[in-house]
Amino acid sequence: MTAGKRSLMLCAILITLALLLPGVASAIDALPFKDRAEEQRFQELTRQLRCLVCQNESLADSSADLAKDLRQEVFEQMRQGKNDDEIKHYLTARYSDFVLYNPPLRGGTMLLWFGPLLLFLIGSFVVYRVVRRRAAAPRNLPPAASSEDDW
Amino acid sequence: MNSRFLPLVGFAMVAGLLGFGIHYMRSNSMNEVPSPLIGKLAPAFDLPLLDQPDKRLSNADLSGKPYLLNVFASWCFACRDEHPVLMAEGKALGIPIIGFNYKDEPDDAKRWLSQFGDPYSVVIADRDGRIAIDFGVYGAPESFLVDGKGIIRYKRIGAITPEIMAFELKPLLATIQGEGS
Repeated sequence: MTAGKRSLMLCAILITLALLLPGVASAIDALPFKDRAEEQRFQELTRQLRCLVCQNESLADSSADLAKDLRQEVFEQMRQGKNDDEIKHYLTARYSDFVLYNPPLRGGTMLLWFGPLLLFLIGSFVVYRVVRRRAAAPRNLPPAASSEDDW
Repeated sequence: MNSRFLPLVGFAMVAGLLGFGIHYMRSNSMNEVPSPLIGKLAPAFDLPLLDQPDKRLSNADLSGKPYLLNVFASWCFACRDEHPVLMAEGKALGIPIIGFNYKDEPDDAKRWLSQFGDPYSVVIADRDGRIAIDFGVYGAPESFLVDGKGIIRYKRIGAITPEIMAFELKPLLATIQGEGS
C-alpha cells in the first residue's frame, strides 16, 4: 500500500467514526430548559428510564418516536412541579416496572436483587468445602507423573 | 469421581445453562411488556372520529357493552398482517371493534382503510399519541378487550392471528358475556 493510499484509508476510517459519534451521544430534542440544573435533572431522570420500543436503550438515548413523546411528557411533568418519583409512577402505571432500569425491591423482585448474592454464597461454600477436603487429604501421593499431566 | 472429568462437568453445566437461556428466549417473547392496566378501568379518552373530526367518541359512549380497541396505523407493517384476520373474523366476535388510529396522517389512514377494507365500527384518531401513552401503547398493532364495566380484561401486543382469535379472544369474551347476564 502506498503512503497516499494509506492516508486516504485513515481518512475514511476517521470520517466513519465521526459519523458514528452522534449515535453515541444522547438523542437531542429542542426542549426549552430554563437552566443547566433543570437539564441535568432531565438527563438524569431519562437515563434511569427504559425505552419501550428499543428496549436496550434508555429514554435519554433513544431516537424512537415514542421515546421522543415520553421525553416531552417527562419534561412537561417536571415543569408542572412533579418530583422524580411522581413521574416514575406515572410511567410505571402505564408501562409497568419494565420502564425502570432500577426495579423496586418487592416480593417478585427478591430473586433479581439477591440472586447474585445467593450464587456467591453457594460458590463460596463449595470452594470452602473443596479447600478443606484437599487440606485434610494425606500428602503421601507423589506428584503426578509427567505422562499423566497432559494439560 | 475422577477429578479429570471436572472441567467436562463444568463445561456441561455452563452449556446447559446457556442452552436453557436460548430455549427460554425463543419460547417466551422477551419484548412484550406486561400491561399493568389489565383488571383496571380503561383510561379516559375523548377523541375525534377519523372521518368526521368534529364528532368525538369517549368511554361514556361505549359503556355497558364489551368492545375491542385495536391500535393501528397506516405506517405499521404488522397491521397489514393483522388486517385480513379482523376483516374475516371481526364481525363474528359480535362486539364493536373500535379502530384506534395511532399517530397517523388522517389522509393516509383513510386511504389505508379504503385500500384494505374497514373492519371497524368506528375509528378514532389519536394524532399526537397522548391517549395511547395512557393506554401503555408502545407499538402497533395492539389490542385491548374492554368489558361492559369499562375494565381492560386482555391486551394483545402484536398482530391478532386466527389462533389468538380462537383460543384467547373468543373464550375470554364468552366468559365476559357470561358475567354480564
